[in-house]
Amino acid sequence: MGKIVAMTGNIAIAEAMRQINPDVCAAYPITPSTEIMQEFANFVADGLVASELVAVESEHSAMSACIGASAAGGRVMTATSSQGLALMWEMLYVAASSRLPIVMTVVNRALNAPLNIHCDHSDSMGARDSGWIQIYSENAQEAYDNLIQAIRIGQYSGVRLPVMVCLDGFIISHSIERMELLDDEKIQRFIGPHVSYYPLLDTEHPVTYGPIDLQDYYTEHKRQQVEAMKNAKEVILEIAEEFKALSGRGYGFFREYCLKDAEIAILVLGSAGGTAQAVVDKLRAEGVKAGLLKLRVFRPFPLEELAESLKNLKVLAVLDRSDSFGAVGGPVFNEVRSALFDLKKPPKVINYIYGLGGRDLGLEDIERVYQELQKIASNGQITKLVDYLTVRE
Amino acid sequence: MRLKGWKEIPIGGLIIEAGNSEEYQTGSWRSFRPIRDEAKCIHCLLCWVYCPDSSVIVEDGKVVGVDLEHCKGCGICAKECPPKVQAITMVEEAEFAEY
Ligand code: SF4
Ligand code: SF4
Repeated sequence: MGKIVAMTGNIAIAEAMRQINPDVCAAYPITPSTEIMQEFANFVADGLVASELVAVESEHSAMSACIGASAAGGRVMTATSSQGLALMWEMLYVAASSRLPIVMTVVNRALNAPLNIHCDHSDSMGARDSGWIQIYSENAQEAYDNLIQAIRIGQYSGVRLPVMVCLDGFIISHSIERMELLDDEKIQRFIGPHVSYYPLLDTEHPVTYGPIDLQDYYTEHKRQQVEAMKNAKEVILEIAEEFKALSGRGYGFFREYCLKDAEIAILVLGSAGGTAQAVVDKLRAEGVKAGLLKLRVFRPFPLEELAESLKNLKVLAVLDRSDSFGAVGGPVFNEVRSALFDLKKPPKVINYIYGLGGRDLGLEDIERVYQELQKIASNGQITKLVDYLTVRE
Repeated sequence: MRLKGWKEIPIGGLIIEAGNSEEYQTGSWRSFRPIRDEAKCIHCLLCWVYCPDSSVIVEDGKVVGVDLEHCKGCGICAKECPPKVQAITMVEEAEFAEY
C-alpha cells in the first residue's frame, strides 16, 4: 500500500515525475499545465531528482530539446497544453517518426481563438495523427497511473514511440482528489532503467538521426510506424497487467460500466466518464438498461475490442469534447462509428459535441442524452446525427 | 540495387553505420557522362582535385577512369580541365542506354 493523499491532478503528475526521475525535462509554461513543471522545478532545486531541467524559450524548442535528449539516450519527459502543443506541432512528428519514447503530459485545453484557457480536447485530438500513443485519464489517480505506465509502454522494444498522457484541464489538473501515491522504490523497480536503442552519446557507434528519406524508403519507415502502433496494443495491456499487480488498479483500452446487458450507452473519454457513471446509476435504479464506455486509449485505436464491447447495444451516443469542422461529427464519433460498421447488427450511433472551452457538462445534460437514446431505441428514428450539447440557440 | 523491405531496415530512418554514403549510388542521378580523351589528357589531376564525389580514379599518378557508380555527372571535371587541353566531354547518358 502506498500513501493516501489529497492532491490535484497537476501535483499528482509532478509527483509521478519525481518518482520516475527522468534524465531530462525541457518545458515551457502554459496554463493549465504550468504547475506541473513548476512543482517539478522545486524537486530539481531541492535535489530530489537528478533531472536536467531545460528552461527553453518556446514549446517548439521544448519538444526539440526533448528530441535531442531522447536521441542522445536519455529518459525524457515534458508537459504542455493547448497552444503549447500546437506550437510543438512539427516536432511532434519528428519525435514519433524518429521513434523516440518521450513521455508528455497534455493537460487538455481549448485552442484559440477566441482566447480560452479551459478544458476541451481540441489540442490533443488535433495531434491524433502525429504518431504518438494517446492515453486519456478520467481522474488524478488515473493520470498518475497512466504516466507511470507510459514510461514502460513507449520504450518497449517493438513500440519505441512517444506517449501523450492526457488529462482534462482544471477539471482534473486543478481539482483536489483523494488518491494513492505508490512507494518511490516500487515505481523505480516497475519502470526499470531506461532503454535506449541508438544513443547519440555512444560515440563508439556513431549514428545519424533524421537523414533525408525520399521516394525509395520513406514509405517503408511509415509502414514501420504502423507496426509499432499495432504492437503497442498488446504492450499496453501487458504493462497494465503488471501495473495491476503493483497497485491493485486494473486498466484496459477502456472501462465498461453496466455495458453487458445495456440497450443504450454513452461513449466518452476523460473526466466526463465519472459524471456519466452517476447518471447510469440513477437510470439503472429506474430500470433503464443504460451503460457507459469510458475510452482510455485512443491511439492505438482499439477497433476490434470496441466493436466486440458495443455490439449488443441498440443505440450509442459518442460524446466528443472537440469538433472536426467540416467533417460530420467529432473525431471519436467518426472512428467509433467506423469500428461498428462491419458488425452484423450494428447499433445506431449519434454524436454530441460537448464541453468546448470548459463548458460544464451536468448530470442533467447527460440524462438528456440518455432520454434521446431511449427515444431512438423505441422508434428507430434518428432526428439529428450530430448535435451540440448545451449550446444556446 | 535491390531495395530493402520495411522489416529489414533500422527504425526511425536511422543510419546506423558510419561512412555508408559510399553505398548510395549517386551515379543513378547522372544525365551526362564525362568522357576523357586519353590522347589529349596531360594528367594534371585537376579533375581529380575538383570532383565533388571523389569519382575520378587515379592510379600511379595517372587518371585511369571514372567511378560511374558515384559520378553524378555534374561536369565540374570537364569545366576544370585546363582550357588548352579540354580532354573531357560531357556526353548525354541516353547515348549509352541499352535498349
Ligand atoms: S562529372 Fe562531376 S562527379 Fe563525375 S567525375 Fe566529373 S566532376 Fe566528378
Ligand atoms: S583535368 Fe583534364 S588534363 Fe587534367 S587529368 Fe583531368 S582530364 Fe586530364
